[in-house]
Amino acid sequence: MRMALLIALLASSSLAQAKMIHVGPGGNAQEKLQTALIEAQPGDTVHIAAGRYALADGLSLDVDGVTVKGDGPDKTILDFTAQKVAGEGLLITSDNVVVRDLGIENAAGNGVKSKGSDGIALVNLRVEWTGGPKSTNGAYGLYPVSSKNVLIDRSVVKGASDAGIYVGQSQNIIVRNSRAEMNVAGIEIENSYDADVVGNTATNNAGGILVFDLPDLPQQGGRNVRLTNNQVIDNNHANFAAPGNIVAGVPSGTGIMVMANANVMVSGNHVMGNNGSAVMVVAYTQAFTDKAYNPLPRAVAIAGNHFMNNGKSPSFAGGKEIAAAMGGTLPPVMWDGVTRYTVPGGGEKSADGGIASDAPGITLNLGLQGTSPAQAKPAPLTPTKLAADRPAIVLPAALEARAK
Amino acid sequence: MRRIGAALLLLGAAPAPGVRSDLLMATDAPKLADYGLFDAAGRPAQGVQPYTLNTPLFSDHAEKFRFAWLPPGTNAEYRPSGALAFPVGTVLVKRFAFPADLRQPMQNVRPIETRLLIRRPAGWVALSYVEQDGGAVLKRAGVKVPVEFIDKAGRAQAIDYAVPNQNQCKTCHQDGEAITPIGPTAGNLNGSLHGTGPNQLMTWATSGRLAGLPADGWPRLARWDNAAEPLNARARAYLAVNCGHCHSRGGFASNSGLYLVPEEVTPAHLGVLKRPVAAGRGSGGHEFSILPGQPDKSILLHRMIASEPGIMMPQFGRALAHEEGNALIRKWIAAMPDPADSAPAAAAAP
Repeated sequence: MRMALLIALLASSSLAQAKMIHVGPGGNAQEKLQTALIEAQPGDTVHIAAGRYALADGLSLDVDGVTVKGDGPDKTILDFTAQKVAGEGLLITSDNVVVRDLGIENAAGNGVKSKGSDGIALVNLRVEWTGGPKSTNGAYGLYPVSSKNVLIDRSVVKGASDAGIYVGQSQNIIVRNSRAEMNVAGIEIENSYDADVVGNTATNNAGGILVFDLPDLPQQGGRNVRLTNNQVIDNNHANFAAPGNIVAGVPSGTGIMVMANANVMVSGNHVMGNNGSAVMVVAYTQAFTDKAYNPLPRAVAIAGNHFMNNGKSPSFAGGKEIAAAMGGTLPPVMWDGVTRYTVPGGGEKSADGGIASDAPGITLNLGLQGTSPAQAKPAPLTPTKLAADRPAIVLPAALEARAK
Repeated sequence: MRRIGAALLLLGAAPAPGVRSDLLMATDAPKLADYGLFDAAGRPAQGVQPYTLNTPLFSDHAEKFRFAWLPPGTNAEYRPSGALAFPVGTVLVKRFAFPADLRQPMQNVRPIETRLLIRRPAGWVALSYVEQDGGAVLKRAGVKVPVEFIDKAGRAQAIDYAVPNQNQCKTCHQDGEAITPIGPTAGNLNGSLHGTGPNQLMTWATSGRLAGLPADGWPRLARWDNAAEPLNARARAYLAVNCGHCHSRGGFASNSGLYLVPEEVTPAHLGVLKRPVAAGRGSGGHEFSILPGQPDKSILLHRMIASEPGIMMPQFGRALAHEEGNALIRKWIAAMPDPADSAPAAAAAP
């Protein structure tokens, strides 16, 4: 009898009903919310009812399988205006987490960060610095890093002083149906593998969508990134990033920028009204000491995009002269033409097949990585007929179902 | 005082409370007193041994008292790097307190919180107990405690001392997926208790609490505040303890590529001429984590000086800047040779 009871108890605890933990507005928001996030069990939903929650510290979740859900990005608002502590508004360090239907305002550092999560979905979120674009705003709005199986869907980020949506050192990623505006970079995929950036709008940022790879990091060799069916429009905002950061070097007016990545596909996008390059493909420009790092862009395919009204007034050094030489506007695609680099410690490596484009373009023919743009020998890129495609990134069905 | 305590023990009149290893293994007790680690006067129970570190973490000038309890008959295993390998059942205790006046650190000391790291069979568990009327109680979600004190320069300081929440405990104490102790490494224990007497590693080994201690070749973390030790060793010790718990390959800041653990040797990973990755406005407009010879152009020092969230490092655990520590790092960076004299072999920047 006692054994039967024990078995029943064990069974009921292992199949414990996922529960809903409700948190409502009112006093002591910090402790109520943080306690709920600590006491949640796998499978639980922490429901944060409509209202404004004034928070002086960051919040964090370290329990697997939890859903954190508000009543809508304009109804449930986590307000970090008075934040005194922590590097982000909401930090996720566990697996299979869904955060959805929330607004996050004025985080001191990053808005929502996941570190080391396998399965992270950020859905229908609004991350905003409400005082408009400022260099004192937080760096990233939505910031999965060192994560795997990453979904960002139907979210909006405004005012980030680095990238609105930034996925770093991650793998198997979909960023879709989201909007980034008035950030330095709209959407950035950095040191990441296997990403689809699909159906987003990046507008009024300094740069619309970036695909970067940087040295000296645990995960590098960024590859297999597809940017498709995005609206990349009027990204002419002044670059307000703090100097020193890599995005501080992104020229205002850039639509799409690919740096030091392999197998990048840019297809089916509407790229319009960007005053600089619609698509810029470049090598890493700085000196580096990392022997394992490859600074060159490789196998970048640009196909089937709709380009309109770009390149009228490039802000990067020498841009206006190049535009003038091309009849007043830059062609849609600009490649720095860097095909070789010096391996730190000795030797030189090269990569052929930098880029292929079915749209008009120009190469600066810089040759060796680190060569000054002042030594550019601009020449037209010959358009190539391309049918660029590859299978879509697929996320675990259970994660997609919870993100519906 | 000690003599009286010993006399009482001998008489059996006031036996020291026993450590409740059964509770430590099984439950997160609501009150610190439940575990029997200390008596009502705050004296450690039998077997709860104090230890000190050559270089401790800066915690807003809190005085910290550290203890280790190992189940009778068990011992830790020596490790040359990282924390010693403690057996299941171990409790590491850190008590935080503020003297009213830092110039008189043993007077009018106000206890604030007691943090426990308990080694259970499934791994380490971090708990924090906050002093209240009637004793210290478990606080999982953290709490702010207003604290006032006079600092070493005679200035009045008032801070919201932050007791970490359970997730923040793990943020600092993580190694990959697991929680790990930070302080009691062989290198940081390699010195005398409170700076006098026999070496703690030797004491632990001879008392049977530490196995595998080699005859020689022990690593040693310098005392950050001992001006007689080499500047580089002091600075590296300070950075290891104050930054290296996150800035390591298995730590929370692994993605930064900045690794400040004692064993790191690659200049770029130590920050030398390393460009920021995800620092955002934390860069302060500077190009490198460390620009040799230029502390005021180094992001590392900029973030240590800052007290504003989003910029400051560590991200939590302090409200004040540590002026003495920052002065040490300033001196260390200033003493580094100018990179123009030894430029790395690489392509020229445009």
